[in-house]
Amino acid sequence: MKVVPLLKRIWPLMPVLASLAFILALLLIFGADPATAFQALWQGAFGSRDRLLGTLAFWIPLALCAIGLMLTFTAGLWNIGVEGQLILGSIGASWVALNLKGQPAWVLIPLELLAAMAAGALWAALSALLKTRGKVHEIFSGLALTNLAIILTNYLISGPWQPPEGGSFRGTQPFQEAALLPRLFDSRFSPLSLVLMSIALVIVAVLLGNTTWGLKLKALGRNSRSAFLLGVSSEREAVIAMMACGALAGLGGAVRVLSWFDSLRQSISGGIGFLALLVVMLSAYRMFWVPFVAFFFSAVLQGSITLQLRTQLHSSLGGILTGVLVLLTLLFGDYNHLRRLRKESRPDE
Amino acid sequence: MRNKLFLFLGLLVIASMILAACAPPPADDTGAPPPADDTGAPAPSDDAGEPAPGPLTFGVVLVGPQNDRGWSQAHAEGAQYVVDNLEGANLILFELLNPADKPEATLEGVVDDMVAQGATLILTTSDEFEEDTMGVAEKYPDVTFINISGDDALTGEAPDNLGNIMGRMEDMKAIAGCAAALTTQTGQIGYLGPLINFETRRLAASAYLGARYCYENYRGLDPADLQFTVTWIGFWFNIPGVTLDPTEVATNFFDSGIDVIMSGIDTTEGIDVAGQRAAAGDAVWSVPYDFEGACETAPDICLGVPYFNWGPSYLALAQSVADGTWTQSWDWNGANWANLTDNDTTHVGWISGPGLSAEAQASLDLFIAGMASGGINVWTGPINLQDGSAYIAAGQAATDEQIWYLPQLLEGMTGPSE
Repeated sequence: MKVVPLLKRIWPLMPVLASLAFILALLLIFGADPATAFQALWQGAFGSRDRLLGTLAFWIPLALCAIGLMLTFTAGLWNIGVEGQLILGSIGASWVALNLKGQPAWVLIPLELLAAMAAGALWAALSALLKTRGKVHEIFSGLALTNLAIILTNYLISGPWQPPEGGSFRGTQPFQEAALLPRLFDSRFSPLSLVLMSIALVIVAVLLGNTTWGLKLKALGRNSRSAFLLGVSSEREAVIAMMACGALAGLGGAVRVLSWFDSLRQSISGGIGFLALLVVMLSAYRMFWVPFVAFFFSAVLQGSITLQLRTQLHSSLGGILTGVLVLLTLLFGDYNHLRRLRKESRPDE
Repeated sequence: MRNKLFLFLGLLVIASMILAACAPPPADDTGAPPPADDTGAPAPSDDAGEPAPGPLTFGVVLVGPQNDRGWSQAHAEGAQYVVDNLEGANLILFELLNPADKPEATLEGVVDDMVAQGATLILTTSDEFEEDTMGVAEKYPDVTFINISGDDALTGEAPDNLGNIMGRMEDMKAIAGCAAALTTQTGQIGYLGPLINFETRRLAASAYLGARYCYENYRGLDPADLQFTVTWIGFWFNIPGVTLDPTEVATNFFDSGIDVIMSGIDTTEGIDVAGQRAAAGDAVWSVPYDFEGACETAPDICLGVPYFNWGPSYLALAQSVADGTWTQSWDWNGANWANLTDNDTTHVGWISGPGLSAEAQASLDLFIAGMASGGINVWTGPINLQDGSAYIAAGQAATDEQIWYLPQLLEGMTGPSE
């Protein structure tokens, strides 16, 4: 059947198309002109240099989290705590930026990125150890640790790191210029972050596709019990996968504070980690699609700002679009599951 | 089995393609007769700049939801007031611009769009936007920007096209404090404060000065006996685990002998707890804040509410920008003393609540009349700061700057200054 490979290829696009149709219906119901609306979405995301740079800038941390999540999903782990790992990463980067005064950029930036990755990995390790040692499911520990990360941020910006003129609860004072990632055209987009994200993408893709470790993760994800019987240490691989994911999310957090913002803010993430979970699901857990879907999400969210401003529809339209996408993905995802089951029963296919 | 699956999928693909491809044309037809959106009436140009039909297109950026029954709603209503009263005024509203609700949005991006749509006046209605408003004002020197509650036009840091507006809530807070002092039986007032900054300090201090004045002059009691306690919860509303829980703070207030709670926060815990206590038979009262209808929660123990009314200042502003007569200013707009609830003229208001006794109301009316005529100025020295140092000399009236930049709470108030 020739149609099979083609369908497989375009499968992840299906929920996108369907949800666009859904949004179309919604626009018609509310009496907005869909042509204007989609034009607004497009222009909001790509309409000008600044818009494109904004879309790129929001894309990087989202993609970093999603790339990291590919590791944990492959290992069969629901790393919901990726949001908290991103926040911890931003705290780690901020710690370096605030405490190493007067250092040149080439000292500060690598240290900030390393601190961010270490902090994210540490947060993920807590989740992983709670699972392997404490039998606490990673979903629960992840949510708890995310809340803890938010509380920690709030404590830092209203306590020890509050700006000298007094805490407004908005954030720390802006970091020294040398601590910030170099940005393109005075925008929030840092080319360096794109390079880092690309490297991460290649490394994770190779790890998952071409290494024994990737195979071990897959075995773990499919059936941890038999993987264990076959000699895969489920604890070690799970912890490493989680920490690697946490490190990438932490890197995303560093990008957030060092190029999107210029300081640690009250809501540094605002749900980017949760969006990344949706990105991976929408990508049907396939590496190839992850960066594209993440970019699509970023474009839709950027575009929905313009959409809201042009049409004065409710501000949550972009959120509805992404929400519908996920619902539909879960529905459509069944096919993927079926295919996998079939594959397992007939390995020669 | 498999064939059926593909048939189904194929149908879905086709169906969605049909939906996507065929839906727009009828939409274009139907979209024209009923005005789909107010901006896009003429043939839409392919670029972002759609011509504005009226004399003025203005943008309003809100930090919270437009229906929060508090700060942001007051601004949304002020913007609507302009639309209702300035012919051809065209409003572009953007709500919930904060990194928690919209991590992908920035003030600059929103302003870019508003300008592209022809906005020549943009109001950023939170001190959260103060810094970013400076940036966009420099980027668009031909657009007038107003940052609410900021002081960049006062300090001279602002470019020429950026002004500030704030309501003179301090006067209403003094009235609120007076109402509290006229009512308290225990001589103890609790003030539920948000976070500590210049604005919140001067508001709490104004409430205290109003309370002290009325306690001394209308009740004939020694103001030194008046206890005025400020507890800062840490933010404008409750964030579990981060701020103090305002419900708990209010409960502790009442347990410690305080019988009137004044609220300086965005939410209603003060009046909620007071209502519950009153229902249980306690003699307690509350003064809520921000929103005209805030007494509705527990009217019987509500002494009144000081509120913001942005409509008149927004209208004047919009008119001057439309006429081309706007010049930069830092406006601290006061009340219409002839009628504190006339929402066509007053910038801040006070509505007495059903919980205020007739006797107290009579004294309060005297106080308000005194403030209106200028006979009473609660910011008249001697006023000492909390650490005991002299701030306003005896007989002197505080200047606007002295009130705006109040560095500490005042002597006689209990609670941290920073």
